[in-house]
Amino acid sequence: MSIDTPLFEGRLVRLGTIDHEKDPAIVSAWSHDTGFMRMMYLEPARPLSTWQAKKKLEELEKSLEEDKNACHFRIRTLAEERLIGFAELTWISWSNGSAFVRLGIGAPEERRKGCGREALALLLRYAFSELNLHRLTAVIQEYNLPAIGLFKSCGFTEEVRRRQALERDSRRWDLLHFGLLAAEWKENAR
Amino acid sequence: MNENLLRGGLVRLSVEDPESLAKLVSQWCADSEYSRLLDWDPARRASAKTIQKWFEKQQENNDSHIFAIRVLDDDRVVGEIGLDGIRWTHRDCFVGIGLGDRACWGRGYGTDAMKVILRYAFTELNLHRVTLDVFNYNPRAIRSYEKAGFVHEGRQRGMLLREGRRWDVLYMGILKEEWLAANGQQ
Repeated sequence: MSIDTPLFEGRLVRLGTIDHEKDPAIVSAWSHDTGFMRMMYLEPARPLSTWQAKKKLEELEKSLEEDKNACHFRIRTLAEERLIGFAELTWISWSNGSAFVRLGIGAPEERRKGCGREALALLLRYAFSELNLHRLTAVIQEYNLPAIGLFKSCGFTEEVRRRQALERDSRRWDLLHFGLLAAEWKENAR
Repeated sequence: MNENLLRGGLVRLSVEDPESLAKLVSQWCADSEYSRLLDWDPARRASAKTIQKWFEKQQENNDSHIFAIRVLDDDRVVGEIGLDGIRWTHRDCFVGIGLGDRACWGRGYGTDAMKVILRYAFTELNLHRVTLDVFNYNPRAIRSYEKAGFVHEGRQRGMLLREGRRWDVLYMGILKEEWLAANGQQ
């Protein structure tokens, strides 16, 4: 990879920005998919109206402008620019070169096609080759097997197991932290 | 029923006016090691006024429980301890502690304060577990947390860069059942 290799574009997806006209209705639809919401969030699943989703996206964009310690992307299909998910670096600590990573494919028909994997690969390259971060952390619920599989296959290793940190469906679940160092990513990318 | 939940063997926990606690914390943070043990953001100086505003915000928030640590012998405020980021549906939260007065390090005050706040977390807030993170250049704190009953749950490798070296962030946790087994019905 070199300076002219596109950072935001893969073969299936691109890392895009928020479309305040079209995205709210899609985000509202995803929020009614409680299975997806429970995979993505620790907060109780709670559906949003399109109006609520629009406000949330506006607030998000405003906070990204002000805080400078997060990079959020909307995952869009390369062909139609359709919103299918999101990929985020949050809690960036510039002095330590560390950040947390989150990624989700909200569109059910786009799962298991390699879109998430490609978006994660783009996000990792951005984090390590453009932001020059030293390491990334992904916090994943023990029951989110697709995410665990994806992050492990991209080189992440389990570093922390917060025992019984969650309660869902009347049982306790662990919360896992996976880590990836820049050196490990470079080694894998060769 | 324990009628004095906030009192331990060596210290007691109290809630102070933002103004008075902020003055102390601002002095403590003049000691850069205090900041570096407490936080992974770069150490910086904050005025008492800035810290006061932060405490005011915390005190307006029902889900934040920040206490001053007072030594029983002379009732002096020597540190701060707080529960933060409570997730009520999962009954998990983080705890953070700092002893600003260096003369008080190594006397068991921190461990005692931690035991007091764990009792509050488990028997009054009815939490299921309490989490903390600590840096691997802080063995004194790690030893204290182990004594208070925390179990090692893993380490984020090389999370911090200080003095030209990479350091790990250790995670520790304690479950209510573990706390009960060690402390019985208090």
